[in-house]
Amino acid sequence: MNKAKQLFAGLILMALGLRTSQADYTLNLMKGVTKVSNDIYDLHMLILWICVVIGIVVFGAMFYSIYHHRKSKGHVAKQFHENTTVEIIWTIIPTLILIAMAIPATKTMMELSDVEKSDMTIQVTGRQWYWDYKYLNTDIHFESHLDEASERVHRTASADPRSVPHYLLNVDKPLVIPVKKKVRFVLTSVDVIHSWWVPDLGWKKDANPGFINEAWTSVDKPGIYRGQCTELCGRDHAFMPIVVIAMEQADYDAWVKKTLEEQKQKPDLSDQSREQLMVHGESVYLKNCVGCHQINGAGVPGLIPALTGSKIATGKWESLDGFLRAGTAKMPSFAKLNAKEYAELMTYVRNNLGNKVGDELQPKQTALPDDDD
Amino acid sequence: MSAVVDEQGHHADDHHDHGPEKGLLRWITTTNHKDIGTLYLLFALLMFFVGGAMAMVIRAELFEPGLQFVDPAFFNSMTTMHALVMVFGAVMPAFVGLANWQIPLMIGAADMALPRMNNMSFWMLVAGVLLLASTLFMEGGAPNGGWTLYPPLVLQPITVGKALPFAIFSVHLLGISSIMGAINIIATIFNMRAPAMKMMDMPLFVWTWLITAFLLIAVMPVFAGAVTMLLTDKFFHTSFFNAAGGGDPVLYEHIFWFFGHPEVYIMILPTFGVASTIIPVFARKPLFGYASMVWATGSIAFLSFIVWAHHMFTVGMPLAGELYFMYATMIIAVPTGVKVFNWTATMWEGAMTFETPMLFSIAFVVLFTMGGFTGLMMSIAPSDFQYHDTYFIVAHFHYTLVPASIFMLMAAGYFWLPKWTGHMYNEKIGQLHFWLSAISVNILFFPQHFLGLAGMPRRIPDYAVQFADWNMISSIGGFIFGASQLLFLYIVIDTIRGGTGEKVSDEVWEDAGKHGLEWTLPSPVPYHTWSEPPLIVPTEHVLDSH
Repeated sequence: MNKAKQLFAGLILMALGLRTSQADYTLNLMKGVTKVSNDIYDLHMLILWICVVIGIVVFGAMFYSIYHHRKSKGHVAKQFHENTTVEIIWTIIPTLILIAMAIPATKTMMELSDVEKSDMTIQVTGRQWYWDYKYLNTDIHFESHLDEASERVHRTASADPRSVPHYLLNVDKPLVIPVKKKVRFVLTSVDVIHSWWVPDLGWKKDANPGFINEAWTSVDKPGIYRGQCTELCGRDHAFMPIVVIAMEQADYDAWVKKTLEEQKQKPDLSDQSREQLMVHGESVYLKNCVGCHQINGAGVPGLIPALTGSKIATGKWESLDGFLRAGTAKMPSFAKLNAKEYAELMTYVRNNLGNKVGDELQPKQTALPDDDD
Repeated sequence: MSAVVDEQGHHADDHHDHGPEKGLLRWITTTNHKDIGTLYLLFALLMFFVGGAMAMVIRAELFEPGLQFVDPAFFNSMTTMHALVMVFGAVMPAFVGLANWQIPLMIGAADMALPRMNNMSFWMLVAGVLLLASTLFMEGGAPNGGWTLYPPLVLQPITVGKALPFAIFSVHLLGISSIMGAINIIATIFNMRAPAMKMMDMPLFVWTWLITAFLLIAVMPVFAGAVTMLLTDKFFHTSFFNAAGGGDPVLYEHIFWFFGHPEVYIMILPTFGVASTIIPVFARKPLFGYASMVWATGSIAFLSFIVWAHHMFTVGMPLAGELYFMYATMIIAVPTGVKVFNWTATMWEGAMTFETPMLFSIAFVVLFTMGGFTGLMMSIAPSDFQYHDTYFIVAHFHYTLVPASIFMLMAAGYFWLPKWTGHMYNEKIGQLHFWLSAISVNILFFPQHFLGLAGMPRRIPDYAVQFADWNMISSIGGFIFGASQLLFLYIVIDTIRGGTGEKVSDEVWEDAGKHGLEWTLPSPVPYHTWSEPPLIVPTEHVLDSH
């Protein structure tokens, strides 16, 4: 057993008090890449050490007493109790220590809350189960989903998670920000409460439906920083990671230009082979539908209807199309998908997941007359 | 003493029962505080294993990255139900059971003040827990929005099926049961004390329960109100927590934690009381600072009402709110420190022996203090922006609940079972149980600090591979801890059935009679006690004032 060996090695290293070179046995908070995250790290270490010192004193006294003041050693109990001086001392000293802690903590808290004078603002919207990023005052707006490799492995156990790079911490489209700029975030949600956390930035903030929260960051060095949703948001709470790429200004500008161009591109509405439709359809399904309707289309008994054998899914495609665009009380509208994605998705749903309608839909069929996609 | 009791019984009523009724009906209709105490304790023990089994499911799924055993929604049901069962089914009822057994014995009262209500509050608890457990078998599964039941998640038709109204009604029943228990305890302590016992003569276990009972009466209705608002939001089109209708989901969090923070002290204050009872007996010294312990308990209870939003530092509060809740929370360290220093000073210069109850008590002081340290770290609002909702907090609150509340409940079991049954438990197996528990609980929870700091969120069924190693170690600790508790079950059954066969004295523990009234009664304790109140009460803890 390779894993057992690994574990054994880990335990031995722990026993020796060594820290392994692998990141796997991470013990402490990371310093992060912002001033705030560094300040928080310092606060964390300060208070940790204060606790360690108090622990040594208190437990030291206790274990000294346990060792020496035991009946088996013939020690006779001294019947003293109540000592006002001692009691005042052990009330005042902790109070002074607390005041000493509160001063740097207050400074950092004020820094963390100061969202004024930002260089740019990004709106972060939590959704079940992905993040939606909108760069305010620009046309940049995209969704950021768990990458397909992680998606397949956690749903089908088709491979060892260790073989997937950045398993569960990778997305299809990461958030990109420039370094050394004050980036303000406004966070909200459209369904349930989520929480946006990238440990390297030093904070998390809840995304509350119907309300807007503010936060900010200014990243010191370029890099890729990963995080996760940290407020329980339903069955796929574990599967909505966050990836932030911080870039030098010039690289960031190039990314903005490229992204704007890509967003302007109209989807390719040319006909596809059945195989292509099915393959692309699966990707659309994995991104948009699988969280509720499941990898095999079976849904969840009592909560979410199955697609396998569903009358809506296998009936007239026009009504399925209308259903998806409108949404229901339980299901959000999928009007955000373009004609190409509609064709691919519907072909996939009608001819896989245990369904065999036998048709294939082409993007031109599913395009709305006034579709400017 | 038992002779006196018997004589009294004869005098009052010739045909009246002197012992319990025979058969099952005894347990259903009983109004005897000892019987009801036993029912509470056994029910809590059963629920401890039910909740524990759920924890084993959680640790099995987290043993390795990837989804191996359960569906994510079922995993969420397990975390939710594990918490609800442990809080409302195991820890709280266990302490009510201890209160039922011990408070009348400790204050020289013949029974609880309201014996019929006592019976009703137990059976309502059973009804509430059964109702909650029934949701496991419902379409759509048991509640899976976390034990905090945050809307809108818990109201979402795709998340929670038919279970919600059942869970809410269950909370109502459990709340009524707790409030009735609390009223009974307050009425008993205020009215039924032996005349010789002044308030400041009461054992600390009685004091801590008195304060806990007030906390219960204050906050259980708040929780009941919050879940009722969930119910009307779901079924009667109100919008308390729905932004689209003018409500606010964060309002629920405020109401919940106004209940939730005192609730965690409801589980810890009686724990303090048990520790303050056991440590002096085995240190053969009076408690160092009786009055300051009483005042510290009162201060902690008061502070518990004004710190709730430290559970919500990242929810989006104004700076003033963050700072206020940070400062208020930090202050809790002072009275809590006083308690820890007091226990240490009680051991200092004692003549200690280390029977199982004392071993658990020492482990409690050390490990609870560790939970206190992480609590202090999390009170620092900016740092909490990193710790919040990670495994760091999972480690924190399990340190304050498992090696604190649960350990002291077990210590109380070892401490008082000989008194209750008249049989001595097997000390060797007791110590084996202690060492297995104390070591495995640290293998289980200590690595979770590292996981949280490294960035692992709580309530996830699957995780990134860099968290794999500590999770595996934590799971192994969990399995050992879970299995070790079967020893406790064995010891309880064995002791009831005769234990070591050794006849225990009335004091059970050396010189325990100086520390509490219960040790002046015969072992096993007769079915009816203190028909006449004791004339003198032990004042070991308050020598100076007499």
